[in-house]
Amino acid sequence: MTADASRGAAAPPELVQLLTPEGERVEHPDYDIDLKPEEVRSLYRDLVLVRRIDLEAVALQRQGELGIWASLLGQEAAQIGSGRALTDADMAFPTYREHGVAWCRDVDPVKLLGLFRGVNHGGWDPKEHNFHLYTIVIGSQTLHAVGYAMGVQRDDAPSATIAYFGDGATSQGDVNESFIWASVFNAPIVFFCQNNQWAISEPLEKQTRIPLYRRASGFGFPGIRVDGNDVFACLAVTRQALKNAREGQGPTLIEAYTYRMGAHTTTDDPTRYRVASELEAWKLKDPIERVKSYLFKNELADQAFFDSVEAEADQLGADLRRRCLAMPDPGPLDIFDHVYAEPHPLIDEERAQFAAYLEGFEQR
Amino acid sequence: MTILSLSKALNEGMRKAMEDDPKVLIMGEDVGKLGGVFRVTDGLQKDFGEDRVIDTPLAESGIIGTAIGLALRGYRPVCEIQFDGFVFPAADQIITQLAKMPMRSLGAIKLPVVVRIPCGGGIGAVEHHSESPEAYFTHTAGLRVVACSNPADAYTMIQQAIRCDDPVIFFEPKRRYWEKADIDTADTGWWTPLDKGKVVRPGTDATLVAYGPMVKTCLEAAKAAEDDGRSLEVIDLRSLNPLDTPLVMDSVRRTGRVVVVHEAPVNSGFGAELAARITEQCFYHLEAPVLRVGGFSTPYPPSKLEEHYLPDLDRVLDAVDRSFGF
Repeated sequence: MTADASRGAAAPPELVQLLTPEGERVEHPDYDIDLKPEEVRSLYRDLVLVRRIDLEAVALQRQGELGIWASLLGQEAAQIGSGRALTDADMAFPTYREHGVAWCRDVDPVKLLGLFRGVNHGGWDPKEHNFHLYTIVIGSQTLHAVGYAMGVQRDDAPSATIAYFGDGATSQGDVNESFIWASVFNAPIVFFCQNNQWAISEPLEKQTRIPLYRRASGFGFPGIRVDGNDVFACLAVTRQALKNAREGQGPTLIEAYTYRMGAHTTTDDPTRYRVASELEAWKLKDPIERVKSYLFKNELADQAFFDSVEAEADQLGADLRRRCLAMPDPGPLDIFDHVYAEPHPLIDEERAQFAAYLEGFEQR
Repeated sequence: MTILSLSKALNEGMRKAMEDDPKVLIMGEDVGKLGGVFRVTDGLQKDFGEDRVIDTPLAESGIIGTAIGLALRGYRPVCEIQFDGFVFPAADQIITQLAKMPMRSLGAIKLPVVVRIPCGGGIGAVEHHSESPEAYFTHTAGLRVVACSNPADAYTMIQQAIRCDDPVIFFEPKRRYWEKADIDTADTGWWTPLDKGKVVRPGTDATLVAYGPMVKTCLEAAKAAEDDGRSLEVIDLRSLNPLDTPLVMDSVRRTGRVVVVHEAPVNSGFGAELAARITEQCFYHLEAPVLRVGGFSTPYPPSKLEEHYLPDLDRVLDAVDRSFGF
């Protein structure tokens, strides 16, 4: 166990930050961003709404309506900042925790719940949203993202690809292979690592002895660490990296330095492996509070605005609960659907046999 | 008509597929300038360029994982795994991603990826270069698994596999790469559908069921048996998943005796699946239990011993004798 109770909370010096935890705007020589007041308010709204989606999903799991849920609590800025940096033509490859990015890609949140409710394994059309399906095997999607980016390259298309993964995934062979592929093929891709300090119970020290963003240099492309709780910085840094990718400058690794404020999933119990004071230290760096402070201090929003966002969140939450419960269960014969794109006699045979078997019960 | 070796037939088939569809890509280790360690992709990079015939880094999981991404972008990658024993680093991407992603997407995604795997022994190779890993993949829903046994099928099946909208694991019998045949490449009228098997030698007394490298062995065994007055029917399954069940059952119902032959270990091998299905569907037609001839329940031995490990004409005929002994 680490002796430092605020482990990870002390910002390392090389971190790109544009908005302090206190809501003070700071300049950075390489990454500046000029956001209009309505853009800041819009980011604030995104942050609040995705936190509410997450909260509702956790509650639905506690009520037995979802089998499990992987909470994004604490990672809203990393996901909204990077998600809002994407253009419509850019393609995103998520893990199973990118609910905030899904929000930015206009994926109906109830479709995310479907997976965790056990209604299906996915359920949205990746092409419709340019947002791939959730991938549960750690790190697998980084290779899919690089392959996709190689396709973009062959199409000579002006778009970039972003691959999401966590600190734990950086130990996976697939992630390291994806770095190599991206590097040698100069693929138009951004690797967006949300370092939330914990891979279930394993602290970052179990995955690496150097800061993760520095891994990039060994693979031959730039790496940068950004304050993952600073939505301005995440937006600015990701926007630049995507632009570089589109312009043929190859991959970038972004390490969004953040914190998983909740459990790994609803089945996890972080009190078994981390101290409460660590969470308290990170709460002071909350990604939403700092934007709120900034808006208040600079008189860019009034109370009526904050109230309206709260009301919208309430409405979204209620709507999500209702639609989650109304989601139809799949039928037993759906098991056999979409296993193959082309006809498959064994699947057809088993479907027919199972249908006849089920029919036998109905007739009795 | 053109005389082609099995490896050249694959090469010509891929060339045709690449000419027909600009989305077809070749990727793998040494597939470019070298033309593959068995020269199956010889000359393709020269003619289609480095963007379409891609020499990849040496990482099999990366080959399959990036092929999936290319397929998501609308390409049709044909991946070469250099040797059977090297497919295992890619097994995760094949089993958890390639096979399952289309279902995960509720049909929104198709993954037309071909994974070519030179398989089997008999070439005096070192460890990991002589294996028959087909059962690992036939057990995985979402994959199609096929094995060619001769140049004509190699030429047609590789093109059909590339055109198929499902992922196809494509086994190539490496010791048959140099077998030659006269092929009519201009006419497609003679092609058999990818998921159908063939009776490659008709017979009346017993059925030999094989695929890939063992088809030739079984044909030789059937010829030898003829001298003993036994008429053996030989089936080349070609497709293991799906299995051409009607073809097999029809034969077994006629002959009443069946021997399944493969190089892979008998224990939990593909022959077990065949034996179970034949027993279920042809129980009252069987004169003897379904017998299996295959590798032993050992790792593939050093090459000085492989002739003992691999089923040959005598081991097949021995099983036929045992079948008639019941």
